[in-house]
Amino acid sequence: MKKILLTLLFILFGSTAYADGHCSKPSGSINILANDFPALRTFVETAKGCKGSADFKVTHSSEHNKIAVPALTANPSEFSARIAANSSIVPLMNQDLIRPMDDLVKKYGKGIQDSQLITIDGKVMAVAFMANTQHLYYREDVLKELGIPVPKTYEEVVAASEKIRASGKMQHPYAAAYKAGWNLAEEFVNMFIGHGGEFFKAGTAEPSINNAKGVATLNMLKKLASLSNPDYLTHDSEAIKVEWESGKVALMTLWASRSGTLLDDEGDAKITAATKLTGPATVGGGNIPAATLWWDGFTLAKNRSDSDAEASFIALAHAASNKKMVADAADQAVWLVEGFVPGPKSIGVIEAVKMGAKPYPMLPQMGLMHGALGSEIVEFLQGKESAEQALKDVEAAYISKAKEQGFL
Amino acid sequence: MEYGLDKRSNALKTFNTTFIIIWLLIACFPFIWTFWGSFKVRADFFSRADWWYAISAFNTLIETGGQFTLNAYSEAWTEGEFWKASRNTIIVTVFVVTISLFLGTLGAYALSRSTERYAFWILIAALIFRAMPHITLVSGYLFPFFELQIWGILPTTIVVLVAINQPFTLWLLYSFFKTVPKELDESALIDGCSYFQAFRYIIMPVMWPGVITAGLFSLMLAYNDFTVTALLLNQENHTMVPKIQSYLGTNQHEGNLMWAVSAVVSATAPLFMLVMFFQRQVISGLTTGAVKG
Amino acid sequence: MPNKTFFWFFLPTGLAMILFIGLPIISTGIQSFYAQHDQVVKEVKKCDPFGCTVSIVVDQEATSVLRDERPLGKFNGFGTYVDRNHLAIEQISEFWDETDTLGEFIDQVTNLPFYKALLFTLTYCLFVTPNVLLLGFIIALSLNAISRKIRGPLIFGTILPMIVTPLVGSLVLFWMIDAEGIIGANLQLMMEDPYLSLKSSRTLTWITIIIYGIWHHSPFAFVVFYAALQTVPQEPVEAAIIDGASRYQRIRHIVLPHIYPVVTFVALISLMDNFRVFEPIIGFSAEGSAQSLSWLIYDNLVNEEVILFGSAAATSMMTIIGIAILLAPVLIRTWKEFRTAR
Repeated sequence: MKKILLTLLFILFGSTAYADGHCSKPSGSINILANDFPALRTFVETAKGCKGSADFKVTHSSEHNKIAVPALTANPSEFSARIAANSSIVPLMNQDLIRPMDDLVKKYGKGIQDSQLITIDGKVMAVAFMANTQHLYYREDVLKELGIPVPKTYEEVVAASEKIRASGKMQHPYAAAYKAGWNLAEEFVNMFIGHGGEFFKAGTAEPSINNAKGVATLNMLKKLASLSNPDYLTHDSEAIKVEWESGKVALMTLWASRSGTLLDDEGDAKITAATKLTGPATVGGGNIPAATLWWDGFTLAKNRSDSDAEASFIALAHAASNKKMVADAADQAVWLVEGFVPGPKSIGVIEAVKMGAKPYPMLPQMGLMHGALGSEIVEFLQGKESAEQALKDVEAAYISKAKEQGFL
Repeated sequence: MEYGLDKRSNALKTFNTTFIIIWLLIACFPFIWTFWGSFKVRADFFSRADWWYAISAFNTLIETGGQFTLNAYSEAWTEGEFWKASRNTIIVTVFVVTISLFLGTLGAYALSRSTERYAFWILIAALIFRAMPHITLVSGYLFPFFELQIWGILPTTIVVLVAINQPFTLWLLYSFFKTVPKELDESALIDGCSYFQAFRYIIMPVMWPGVITAGLFSLMLAYNDFTVTALLLNQENHTMVPKIQSYLGTNQHEGNLMWAVSAVVSATAPLFMLVMFFQRQVISGLTTGAVKG
Repeated sequence: MPNKTFFWFFLPTGLAMILFIGLPIISTGIQSFYAQHDQVVKEVKKCDPFGCTVSIVVDQEATSVLRDERPLGKFNGFGTYVDRNHLAIEQISEFWDETDTLGEFIDQVTNLPFYKALLFTLTYCLFVTPNVLLLGFIIALSLNAISRKIRGPLIFGTILPMIVTPLVGSLVLFWMIDAEGIIGANLQLMMEDPYLSLKSSRTLTWITIIIYGIWHHSPFAFVVFYAALQTVPQEPVEAAIIDGASRYQRIRHIVLPHIYPVVTFVALISLMDNFRVFEPIIGFSAEGSAQSLSWLIYDNLVNEEVILFGSAAATSMMTIIGIAILLAPVLIRTWKEFRTAR
């Protein structure tokens, strides 16, 4: 663990020697499926720079999750490569739709760092190139004025928020993406991991969240929610970002990847200047942060010819080891690629890694748990049921889904 | 043709005018607001600080130096490649409307002229077909389409949109055909026309109103559909709505909300032109047409 | 029309519908009776940029044997239909035994996802459908009395709520009704309640979505009614005026009976559309307070990493059955009409 951590830090703080990635001019046909946001577009564009004589196509789609499984199930599959994250690689693994790429890494993956490789059961299944996490943002001016130190734990976040509210400066000083559904479930996952919880009984798909840690997690979420805007159940990352820019929030948990617009020169200069980033908070006396680490990486379709897989790998590996790309697009993401110089916008992720944050669980049944959490804990936050009842509902909803999927 | 109203009653006229004005305000206000806001920067239009910013252009002034800016439009159309999406939308819409109307008129005509019991059951089946949620249908298409390698291309989407829209078109046109007296085509048949000739030369000319109404709804479906187009088209072929969705960003990553706003305004403009251009036909169509279920 | 001619006229549209709607409905129906095979899992070591852990993966070798044997999955009968996330038969009988009062029982039942969604869906249908019919009819009557010269732009204005992409229409509205948005802030002023927020309480969210539904669907009713009004014969109306019938009487006894079939058509279609309500829930980010049956399907198919086809198929089939039950009275009437027409 320590060794990997050091490697990662080395990557993060690594040298900036400019060099183009290796490109051994592939041929064949490349077709990539990816989510749609600027950093991925940059990445795919860079890969296109090494397409050689290959036919190069890409589909960036907000619906990529929905398309991926049917697309890769067909034989030959529509896409030769799919850019996935630690959650979206799971369905591909479950259905056995992606191929191991150890040989290709050996042959063409010179510039790729060992730490970029995602290995499962000893086989390289994906190559990561970006990292992300949720962490704390704070308003330096507000905290300073009220003499509050930068919070390190969620208990301190609550105390600080209460103090800010009492001072009359802000009515709802805390914000986090609590929108019912995926976002809210993600906050639960973070907080539960921060409490040292395990979602499943070891080695099985049996849920184990209805316990003291689960209750503590829910109570903390409720406390934070009471310090947030009353509309919190509709607030996604976009909404709380705007809330922050309007100066109504002093403490916020948000994705590192969204720091860019908070620190740029659009909007109120005073707020931008006072916006500071720090690592994720811990909770309940635990020593690992209440946050999950995410990576984005590329995978290769199994049901596609070896030559197309090879071509796709060459092009994508060119991007995943491209020092020029990470230097030019240093603002777009926290790159895991050698040569990336972390700027002020990457503080959150680096802190999280240093503190030993855990990655989002890459488990076959985790998506079902995430889905069940997203809708079943809402009523607890609305004050309509007890924490125990809410957790019981989550487990019941999860068990039905898991039974249908054959996990139980 | 004033059924509920007397021309002489001034009080009623005033009430009527007031009602229409209020309704139009309610109907159009969100769009007028969007139109106005599309010339501002994001910090003004999507402000949580004060909605008045959208009027006073507080941040627009700081960021662009003017009260109004065309940035969102120029960026969305060039950098955002909205032109490509518009082109695809035009192709999809034109084909979907034409094919749906062609299939729909033929089928609905047959249904309206049949006295067999199966015609009724076909109508009921069409209704049940329409009850199926689109998202389930489209998820079912994905596996076979990928297997047949027809995913992502425009023709597939066009055919799917036509098929999904058929039950509604059929029902609507069926109601219209029912209002055309049977004697009309029966006399043509006696004169030695085939059914198709009677349909083509006798019935169709008096059916324009129905066709235009049905066309309007097909157009709306093809133009506004998200589920089918987002899941069945590849990036090169994305139409306007999935494109607009892609401007909205993701959980983890920021989008370009103002691109979406300007794109929506851009997408509505041609509809305005279209309605204005066909206004006469639409109105006269609706006027001379007879709808009876 | 002879059967043979009918066949050729109907073939293209029939083929399109059977291929793209009929077959998928059948396959969805079959799918809903199957569950996935038991997933054989094994523990392996997983490494990513942030470290290594030992956790489980699906054992492909063992699972693919099962999959190849029976590609559809494991036969589940009505298992998916009655599980906790759908009809929850078992849970309901448990609640029945456990709870003391009816109120408590209903509370418990509406806490189950399917019934929660059904409750909202029916409420939405109940409030939106009649109001859409009424509002559409009144607008059609009023516009019909306006000078023909300016009717074109007015018609365009009236149908705007229908033609603006729902996805973004509700996005813009979502911001407008925010406590700091133009509508939300002015509502606060009007109600003299600085903390009023349409998004924070369940009731207000429901009301917002229902009002949006009426706003969005009325133009549809308007277009069809407006067209129908043009067909009302002039003579009886004039005769009625001479007889001294009031405006209300004329509408009640001449106009309404004449366009009655169209009212049926609009009611049928809008009831169906309202039962499938889904877009405003996404647009208004209202998942926390309002869930509909279509939203459940969407959630099963899209929101989760693991796609729950069986679940979505079962909910879809129940949606169809629900719509068939709702439409039954109208369908029986149509059948009677059809028979008399023969």
